[in-house]
Amino acid sequence: MIAISDKSIHEPMLDIFIFETLKQIEQLEQLVICNEKSSCYTQNSINEIFRIMHTIKGSAAMMLFDNISALSHTIEDLFFFLREEKPKDIDCSGLSDLVLEGIDFIKIEIDKIKNGHESDGNAEELTKRIRNFLSVLKNCENPLAISESEKQTQDMRTQYYISQDKKAAVSGKNGYKAILHFDEGCEMENIRAYSVIHNLRGIVKELQYIPENIMANDECVEVIRRDGFVIFMKTDLSYEEIEEFLQQTVFLKELLLTRLDNAEAQEKFLIDKRIVLEKQETLAPKLLKEEVVVSSGQQQSLISVNVNKLDKLMDLVGEMVIAEAMVVQNPDLGGLELHNFQKAARQLGKITSELQDMVMSIRMLPISATFHKMHRIVRDMCKKLNKEVQLELIGEETEVDKNIIEHISDPLMHLIRNSIDHGIEASEERLGKGKPQSGTITLTAQNAGSDVLITIKDDGKGLNRERILERAKEHGLLSKPESEMHDKEVYSMIFLPGFSTKDNISEFSGRGVGMDVVVKNIEMVGGSVSVESTPGSSTTVTLKIPLTLAIIDGMNIKVGKAMYTIPTISIKESFRANERELIKDPNGNEMIMVRGQCYPILRLHERFKVETDIVNIHEGIIVMVENEEDSICIFADELVGEQQVVVKTLPAYIRNKGKIRGLAGCTLLGNGSISLILEVAGLADKR
Amino acid sequence: MAEKEIQEFWEEEDTQKDKYLTFSLGNEFYGIEIKYVTEIVGMQPITEVPELPEYIRGIINLRGKIIPVMDVRLRFKKPAREYNDRTCIIVVDIRDISIGLIIDSVSEVLSIPEGDIVSPPEFSKGYNNKYIKNIGKVGNDVKLILDCDKLLNDEETENLSNL
Repeated sequence: MIAISDKSIHEPMLDIFIFETLKQIEQLEQLVICNEKSSCYTQNSINEIFRIMHTIKGSAAMMLFDNISALSHTIEDLFFFLREEKPKDIDCSGLSDLVLEGIDFIKIEIDKIKNGHESDGNAEELTKRIRNFLSVLKNCENPLAISESEKQTQDMRTQYYISQDKKAAVSGKNGYKAILHFDEGCEMENIRAYSVIHNLRGIVKELQYIPENIMANDECVEVIRRDGFVIFMKTDLSYEEIEEFLQQTVFLKELLLTRLDNAEAQEKFLIDKRIVLEKQETLAPKLLKEEVVVSSGQQQSLISVNVNKLDKLMDLVGEMVIAEAMVVQNPDLGGLELHNFQKAARQLGKITSELQDMVMSIRMLPISATFHKMHRIVRDMCKKLNKEVQLELIGEETEVDKNIIEHISDPLMHLIRNSIDHGIEASEERLGKGKPQSGTITLTAQNAGSDVLITIKDDGKGLNRERILERAKEHGLLSKPESEMHDKEVYSMIFLPGFSTKDNISEFSGRGVGMDVVVKNIEMVGGSVSVESTPGSSTTVTLKIPLTLAIIDGMNIKVGKAMYTIPTISIKESFRANERELIKDPNGNEMIMVRGQCYPILRLHERFKVETDIVNIHEGIIVMVENEEDSICIFADELVGEQQVVVKTLPAYIRNKGKIRGLAGCTLLGNGSISLILEVAGLADKR
Repeated sequence: MAEKEIQEFWEEEDTQKDKYLTFSLGNEFYGIEIKYVTEIVGMQPITEVPELPEYIRGIINLRGKIIPVMDVRLRFKKPAREYNDRTCIIVVDIRDISIGLIIDSVSEVLSIPEGDIVSPPEFSKGYNNKYIKNIGKVGNDVKLILDCDKLLNDEETENLSNL
């Protein structure tokens, strides 16, 4: 509640700033990681980074976050240099480090702003390092020119900064005419010309240029390409200074600078002065207008909506589905022949299900953003721990409900950290074992029925049964004699609270608070965690998460007076069994042969202790359901019918009592009664 | 505006002060602070949920909201009794947890001034009084005032004995 109201007090501008900057930062991070991997920065990505930093700088300056804007300005400078000079030997990882540090800084500041704190971080030290890096780069590139170019940039900067307040001081005794030609194919000539003008404004007194409305009019590009960009200016600066200044222009092919004698210049300006003034005035609003049009155009195709509204919408659609069922399956209609009603009802059903799909699809997001975040984790961990690890992503386009995505980011991060820290060996050790030098972590997402399976697999040293048992004993976590425990049981002990086998506590993991948090987070969204391992070669952690928490197709079954719902997606078939097909083992477990395969039978009335008259196998019905690995046959009294149900979680009070195995939640049926939704995996688990 | 709201809030609080909803369970009368009570409904069809303690009878659908119901008789380890017309469910809301309490019958809302409320006597043993916060005197009768928090959350001892 508090969070919501906090958010709403942000000014809309600030909200947009935060939202956009975060997005850009994310994009930037991915770019950097991506480039670092290929250990060179492509021209495209340099441009992209430059552009992003430029945008952030601009918007941060607008919002008066000077620290952010100053930092992004230095990074922008750095990439400006990279873009223009294309230096050969860049220290890629050093560069990435710097940029990532910058990203982190901005992230932290944005966080502060988001939470309503003052953005008070100081990036001076980092800025300095970036400057140093830049000057080192410049040194390498051109040892002779360095002092000069340094001076130039210095000059340019000071001039730029003082320009705004000291404009009046420029008296303008010299007149010049400059014709600029840009490199062919450099694109966006008008914008380049505009930046020239923008820079010139600081140092010249009067300024006029042809073509005039360069930003508003795209046709100018053609004119500039053909005739060059013509600037008339009046300034105190000498010919050399102006020339030097203009020579710095990006993509400049040819510069023609001529001094106008005073009379000529005077005349020129006199004639055009009024026009210039008018032009300049109209130019500004036009620019503004342009921007507004663009932004409103974007808003039409993409809007950001408060998640709470979406949640509410989904709740409403859920209620509607129930209401629809209440109408269509109304007991008052029993036995009536209502052709028109049925027709209308079918139409209603179609629309509601479409509406539902739509609402669901709004909430579905590809998991790729979460996956890509992991690159950063892997990179940082590798650097710190001096290991070599590749991250492979498979199935990142898998779509998952937004709520769920939010909940799996942290667990994933934890698992990956664990894999790198505990699982993957140092390079020498790997080579000694005959493995490839660099370890591989494979992150996979795939749909499996109504669930998403996310696996984190590393080719490290695997889990050590003895060590785990030892540690479990130390902490008194053993509940069974060691010899009776399966490997799987032993391995899953790493998820117990307060368990950690790492002897040295490292910065990243080993505090024993990790894995149980993972389990908790995943269980919160109704998922489960399991681990498998082959000692010496791999560890695989599997997260099983429901695709969505909202609306599912379900088959209602009846046992005694109770109703249960099985997700239709996990039903294979249902049939009436014959007493003869039944097999009983000495322990009293029942099984049934179906087409030569043997399946265990689970009597729901026994499992859930429900009173029913139907206990003979041939009186009831068998529903065969499948889990990802195995199938079981559920024995119930009868099938009631198929219907879409809205999954509701069990009340908090009941959930606090501990997880009920085999129940995924509950739902309301058309007649207002409650049905419990069965969770096949949970049922299959405890046969 | 805000001040007014706060004032109203306090006034509302005031009207609820010292008010207790009393109900009977067998021969005893219990009271529950009125601020916890959301509503009183008649008996509803209950959906049983497996693997829960016996006193949690299951869940009910209260106008689209699903809430658990607890049989207070069973909670106090009294013998179960058939539900009848007078059986009621008191829906209480305690620290954002809604739960229905099944009781034999509701009696009335009483005002018991603070002065008439005393702490329960300390028994050296006896399981029952851990759910009783206070004892209210009303004329010649006593009402046992329930500690709702404990009623809901006193699970640790329970769980231990189950192991």
